[in-house]
Amino acid sequence: MTSVDRSPRAGDGVASPARGSTPSPPVAQAGGPRRSRRRHDGWWPVLFVLPTMVGVVVFYLWPIVQTGYFSFTEWGAFGGQTWVGTENYVRLANDPDLGTAVVNTLVYTAIVLLGIPIAMVVASLLSRPGMRFTAFYRVLFFMPYVAMPTAVAMVWRLIFNGDFGILNWLLGLVGIDGPAWTSTPGFALVAVSVVGLWTSLGFAVIILSAGLRNIPPELYEAASLDGATAWRQFRSVTVPLLTPSVFFVTVITVINGFQLFDLLYALMGQANPAIQQTQSLVYLFYNEAFLRNDKGFAAAIAMVILLIVGAVTLLQFRMQRRWVTYA
Amino acid sequence: MPEATLTAGAPPAAGRTRARRTSRHGSNVWAHVLLATGGLVMVFPFVWQLLTSLSTNAQVMSVPPVFWPGELQWGNYAEVFAKLPFLQEFWVSVSITVVRTVGQLVLCSMAGYAFARMRFPLRGMLLALVLSILMVPSQVYLIPQYQIVNGLGWLNTVAGIAAPGIFSAFGTFLMMQFFRGVPDSLEEAARLDGANPFQVFVRVMLPLAGPSLGALTIITVLWSWNDLLWPLIVSTRAESMPLAAGIATFAGRTTTDYTVMMAASVLAMAPILLLFVVMQRRVIDGLAHSGLK
Repeated sequence: MTSVDRSPRAGDGVASPARGSTPSPPVAQAGGPRRSRRRHDGWWPVLFVLPTMVGVVVFYLWPIVQTGYFSFTEWGAFGGQTWVGTENYVRLANDPDLGTAVVNTLVYTAIVLLGIPIAMVVASLLSRPGMRFTAFYRVLFFMPYVAMPTAVAMVWRLIFNGDFGILNWLLGLVGIDGPAWTSTPGFALVAVSVVGLWTSLGFAVIILSAGLRNIPPELYEAASLDGATAWRQFRSVTVPLLTPSVFFVTVITVINGFQLFDLLYALMGQANPAIQQTQSLVYLFYNEAFLRNDKGFAAAIAMVILLIVGAVTLLQFRMQRRWVTYA
Repeated sequence: MPEATLTAGAPPAAGRTRARRTSRHGSNVWAHVLLATGGLVMVFPFVWQLLTSLSTNAQVMSVPPVFWPGELQWGNYAEVFAKLPFLQEFWVSVSITVVRTVGQLVLCSMAGYAFARMRFPLRGMLLALVLSILMVPSQVYLIPQYQIVNGLGWLNTVAGIAAPGIFSAFGTFLMMQFFRGVPDSLEEAARLDGANPFQVFVRVMLPLAGPSLGALTIITVLWSWNDLLWPLIVSTRAESMPLAAGIATFAGRTTTDYTVMMAASVLAMAPILLLFVVMQRRVIDGLAHSGLK
């Protein structure tokens, strides 16, 4: 979404008389006299936009307002909300689970972000001149991204199993006694993060490959004419010109990282003794809202998630000037 | 394409370039070694899943692991249908995917077209309202959405699971971006022929929008098929859940029936993975262009 099409709207500024053939009641006379109107659209825009607007307002915009309100209420057992002021937020601030969930979500996101350097290596290997079978490799790396998370989590459960998992068998070969990965706090988060990295790696590879393809070859030719070595070319041409793609992947990865739920839920299961120490922000929300039915409290959690995600995204855009080069 | 330049024979700048090429070509061996190793790690879980789905439970739990089950246990797949309401769940998955995808294609292309190419009062404000949803994590609207679906009596129904996902700010944005780039002349010509805006949209604009509609389809299908959180919230009975939620729920109930669990997972993933392998170029390009799941 960073590369917003900035081409001017075709037809803007092209003066053309209003078509008399279209039914055009004198509504929709927006746009001053300076803006030359292409035509009268009459009531047509209503037909085109109304269904989406109604859906968006009913299912998204109004609910956002409602959740904001709910976060200041307590829900009775049989419905009905009572205003409790900032009580939910105070309770949340004193709830050790919030801190745990924030830290877990950050650790997960950080580990998944480690996939970006790996993806850079893979993407640059794929774009080497004369490289063959690239379509095949792309399919291999991209498959985890399109696979159903709950379904792949099932096999990862087996791989991570403490007693007969293939991972611990491999570790045993080099003399390491592996833990019961998915049910030991700490290790469980690492396990979930590794699977998260595995699922999102392909996406980063694809975006970074596209970024590499967009670097004009003339720049390399010019650089080599100036006597730049391969390493120098990589540092002075590839890296700076790839930073916009890296930035884009980073933003998307962080946003997705903060939404950690599916993998955690499917890999560990609700009955897992380590779930409380491993839960993410979204899991905390789900648990309070729909399992413990504490919807006022959960609404406060949702607002905190909104705040954190907004702050982190804003921070990333602020920092981009320091390291992203736009050609 | 780099491959083309290599196979097209050496250009006039003979000696040095050629030497460099061959040396690069030679070092591609290492690139292949690295990529193949990485690729193996990426596909191993899928292979392992397939193998364990054809093993016995005893083989799954044996140490050291049994890599090849010997006699393939196809019966595990038959058991899936006995132990899970698999067909019902499959049907729910297909239904919500179709409803959401068709809904988004129709609604997002219409709204995207209007925002891109029509003039109407409050256009900028309405667009800003729609796009503002993109910045909001889904948790912020899930509780009221649940209330709406519950209020309509739509819990445990396809309608309830599919409804909010018919509307998409992202899809509207994607289609709007496309329609902004279409040259004005085509539209004007149709207008001169006396077509009304709806006819212009259907006959002139939509046929041009194929690639964008394709990308939107891919994204919506993927997300609908794989989505877990919302279906989990609005469906409580196993037979009215889509597969993603059904498998997670089944796994939560039984922890020891590994082979059936693997077989069910393979069946649940298979349609999407097959589609992906068949249409890999379009899927990858579509996702790369849109940039979001």
